Amino acid sequence: MVNENDLRTIIAQVLSEMNLDKGSQAADAALGSCQSCAKEPVIEEGCIPDVTEVDIREQYLVENPANKEAFYDLKQYAPCRLGIGKAGGRYKTDPSLQFRAAHSAAQDAVFSDVDQKFIDDMGLFSVQTQCGDKDTYLTRPDLGRKLSEEAVKTIKEKCQTHPQVQVYVSDGLSSAAVAANIGDVLPAIEQGLKSYGIQMGTPFFVKYGRVGAMDEISEITGADVTCVLIGERPGLITAESMSAYIAYKATVGMPEARRTVVSNIHKAGTIPAEAGAHIADVIKKILDNKASGTDLKL
Amino acid sequence: MKEQILSVGIDIGTSTTQLIFSRLTIVNLASSYTVPRISIVNKEVIYKSAIYFTPLKSQTEIDGDRIGEIIRQEYQKAGMKPEDLQTGAVIITGETARKTNANTVLQTLSGMAGEFVVATAGPDLESVLSARGAGADKISEEKRQTVANIDIGGGTSNIASFRKGNLQGTSCLDIGGRLIKIENGKISYIYPKIRELAQRHGIRICEGDPADGKVLYRVCEYMAQQLAMAVYLQEPDDFHKSLYTNDGRPLKREPAIEAVTFSGGVAECMRNGGEADIFRFGDVGVLLARAVLADSAFQKIQQYQAAETIRATVVGAGTHTTNVSGSTISYARDKLPVKNIPVFRFTEEEEQDKKAFLEAAERGISLYGSEGAVEQMALAFSGKYHTGFRQIQELASWILEGADKILKSPYPLIVVIENDIGKVLGNALNVMLERKKAVICIDGIHTQNGDYIDIGEPVAEGHVVPVVTKTLIFNGTVE
Repeated sequence: MVNENDLRTIIAQVLSEMNLDKGSQAADAALGSCQSCAKEPVIEEGCIPDVTEVDIREQYLVENPANKEAFYDLKQYAPCRLGIGKAGGRYKTDPSLQFRAAHSAAQDAVFSDVDQKFIDDMGLFSVQTQCGDKDTYLTRPDLGRKLSEEAVKTIKEKCQTHPQVQVYVSDGLSSAAVAANIGDVLPAIEQGLKSYGIQMGTPFFVKYGRVGAMDEISEITGADVTCVLIGERPGLITAESMSAYIAYKATVGMPEARRTVVSNIHKAGTIPAEAGAHIADVIKKILDNKASGTDLKL
Repeated sequence: MKEQILSVGIDIGTSTTQLIFSRLTIVNLASSYTVPRISIVNKEVIYKSAIYFTPLKSQTEIDGDRIGEIIRQEYQKAGMKPEDLQTGAVIITGETARKTNANTVLQTLSGMAGEFVVATAGPDLESVLSARGAGADKISEEKRQTVANIDIGGGTSNIASFRKGNLQGTSCLDIGGRLIKIENGKISYIYPKIRELAQRHGIRICEGDPADGKVLYRVCEYMAQQLAMAVYLQEPDDFHKSLYTNDGRPLKREPAIEAVTFSGGVAECMRNGGEADIFRFGDVGVLLARAVLADSAFQKIQQYQAAETIRATVVGAGTHTTNVSGSTISYARDKLPVKNIPVFRFTEEEEQDKKAFLEAAERGISLYGSEGAVEQMALAFSGKYHTGFRQIQELASWILEGADKILKSPYPLIVVIENDIGKVLGNALNVMLERKKAVICIDGIHTQNGDYIDIGEPVAEGHVVPVVTKTLIFNGTVE
């Protein structure tokens, strides 16, 4: 073992061999000259363009392309980060910033909470799983599937029992998805069910919820069909994608295959209002067939 | 999920009458975790009839009975019954459409050919169908070029141009192989415009003259030149404009045509002209084929082989008229199918403003009604501006207010939208109407003012309906 003193000596020796002292003087000199040239800073008016406003299907940055038009046409098929050029071996500044902005949006979607005002405006009451905070929620998926004692009590108090359909909302892995879509999806489901004469229970919001929490909720409310509208794990194209997981008489411990899923609900995917109307249809089929998931052919 | 539907195409043209049956394969392309996305993935011609000369009673009248007989025989040969067919189109094309009894013939055939089979005509539609049948749209998409198909038939030449697979425009000229007919070595018929074309170049031909191959070939050379002018391979002359059918419009100059395909009966002769008797079809078709092949303007441009020549139009009619709607729609099952529904399309400005919307609805509904009575019709719009739930409720209330006359009529309320909001809008309408009125609300369908549509019986587990859009009046260009 090398003791601490020995280590210091070795480092000092290495530093002196590298002539770092002289180097730092040179750096100081360079800094001095730089300060002199920046004596009068100019402050410009205006803003740097918002990198998140760029439509990546439209942006094509390759210099001297062999066939720009053909590549551009291909880009129209999907929002992919292709044909964005490069600076030496690296990304150009603009795509690099866009990438980081998308990544930040994804992180924000996961780590932020759904605004309480939004939940109130939607007329939903709020309950929580056994997760006390975001960190627990992210590290303990098992607790995100179980309701807190208080939640069980509140649901029993406030919800109509044995509704045909119990719909509820949960943050899941994207609070941004809930804020972006619920305002259109929830009333569209309600209207769709109404047009079929299907009766819907009392909707509410579950904080720190994972999909599996629907099983316990199904057992508590005694609903024939339970449907959770939940934020999907965000990607780098959108942080606002939401899914609906729907099951016929869900029970705790049932196979995952019994859930029917409608995913990719966001403004660039399935239009939220149309998705709501479709979900109402799926719910009707589940009720008619008394089956969901792989047991049901849609 | 994979489903197949059968389609029939019947083309009664100036010179020939043909029929094909095709099989359209419909598949849900989406995964089971998302909203379905049902598309036609394959179109396959499974039966081609013989090619018959179109039976005429006189120069101005089609022999409907004989045509009926031909169709019946071909159904038998193919082992098809009218009730086997889910979709299709009967079209009377070219000069034949101008015959006095064309509509009566269409109506008789429509009943016989299948529940959902429909009748259409019109030179622009024919241009599109023949070009799609010839595969010009596919070639254009694959080669990333602007490709025009010229379908040279008996009475007309139909042109449609595609850029990267997208339709750019259509035109139709009175140039064809049967505009001069030959019987017993003599000219028995000359179409007046062709006589005039010849005359302008100092060639005098009259009915009753002996058919002189050399003279008629020169006339055909001038006809070929006119075709080259129609796609701007040659500068149009003064007379060119007058050759467009029904005073139709020419193609636009832009985008410039980069390649051509030829279809139609004359294109068949271009491939298999041979040295046999030039007047063996009793017309100048063979000579016109030779003239087009030899034309210097056409030799300068890239040419691709058409997938079909003489059968291009009928293949187009049988396989390329049917689309499927969006996969989340709303319809009153017992009201389908509906046929030949005129479409009133709101402009995008009207769609965004309540007052303009209501005024347009009033105008549109009276346009298709007669003497106060409402006719069955469809209201169409883009649906781009109402995507939120509340906006859709608002749009639904505008529709109900504007379509009051339709609501009071015995017909269902039919709404055709481009954007994917058909189901939610349909639900909104149904809830507001308390389901007291039948509503058909479909999306994924592009229409233009003045189109006619047919909506068929649902397929693919009821997710989609087949839709035939008949564009009759986009004379010349597509905006």
